[in-house]
Amino acid sequence: METAKDSNVHGGSAEFHSATSAESALSWKLVDGVIELALHRGPCNELGSASLEELEKFATALQLMQDEAHSLIIYSELEPGFCAGADLRELYRRSETMDKAEAVKGVRDFLERMHRVLNLIDAAPLTTIAAVHGVTFGGGFELALACDLIIADKMARFCFPELRLGLIPGFGGIPRLKRDLGNGVVRDLLLTGRSINASKAQQIGLASQIVGEGEALRAARATAAQLRKFDHATAVAAKKFIKPIPHEELRREIDIFCELFARPAVQLGLRKFVESTDAQPYLP
Amino acid sequence: MPTAEQTLDEILTLAAAHFKVPREKLAPDDDFFKTLGIDSLQTLDLLTKLENHFHVELPDYELQGVSDFRTLAGKIQARL
Repeated sequence: METAKDSNVHGGSAEFHSATSAESALSWKLVDGVIELALHRGPCNELGSASLEELEKFATALQLMQDEAHSLIIYSELEPGFCAGADLRELYRRSETMDKAEAVKGVRDFLERMHRVLNLIDAAPLTTIAAVHGVTFGGGFELALACDLIIADKMARFCFPELRLGLIPGFGGIPRLKRDLGNGVVRDLLLTGRSINASKAQQIGLASQIVGEGEALRAARATAAQLRKFDHATAVAAKKFIKPIPHEELRREIDIFCELFARPAVQLGLRKFVESTDAQPYLP
Repeated sequence: MPTAEQTLDEILTLAAAHFKVPREKLAPDDDFFKTLGIDSLQTLDLLTKLENHFHVELPDYELQGVSDFRTLAGKIQARL
């Protein structure tokens, strides 16, 4: 089996874990009913083609593992944060080296593949927990939003900085944030591009728990241990009832992103970011 | 409410502790990027530390162009 490289059974409890290498962007393991997906591509888990391929492998493995699991925890092993979002340098190279139509087609393909992975995580018959710290920006924020619960280290920050590039979030962030928190919160974060801290995130209902520095994964594991006590079929039914996937809006988001990506302003915005020597390139 | 000078002093103390720089090395008009040797992601850490400490929200765009502790303190003081 290529995607869940090793499988052992210990005392009736299956254990899977991914193969890892120094270059891998992520790795996962299933132990005692909890799947843990660790992100570890420097500098801050930027999501590009290589990461997407690994996420797709994880998505395939997830479908194999989910009968053995009740929870999924996603976390980062890197100090700067959970995930800084899409790999803008790769996006810039793509836009520069291809003709416009080819670049837009490539971006659409990338987004559709990313949406398939995130929709699968969103609807997985498991309780999914994003244990976040530090930078949780753009695509990283969108990955967290695909999860059922967000447990935030008190140093976590959330942001949709895409408008400064002339784009909107493309990994499903707007429909998911609207689904979970409403249009007003989306407008604030999307249209101002400001980042918010964990306290604000909890105040608006985005983060379910705030924990001390370095404690998010521990708290997520404690939550997963609690979830194990519940009847799994009931938890799955409850999730399916309360968390519909906003398919129509997600499709529309890809269309709008691609329309915007075709404009010269985006190329300029990406170049400005890539070539920036500003001490605050992430700030809107 | 703390005075502007108290706010400035607390910021210097917090920054020194968080980035492990001797407090006496930091002065109000220092360029904190240079003095602390911090990058953009670490700047966000500093912002979060300050927001948590002072219980304020400070939108990132209000900090654009701000690079010294005194101006930073003024931005925070305005939200206390």
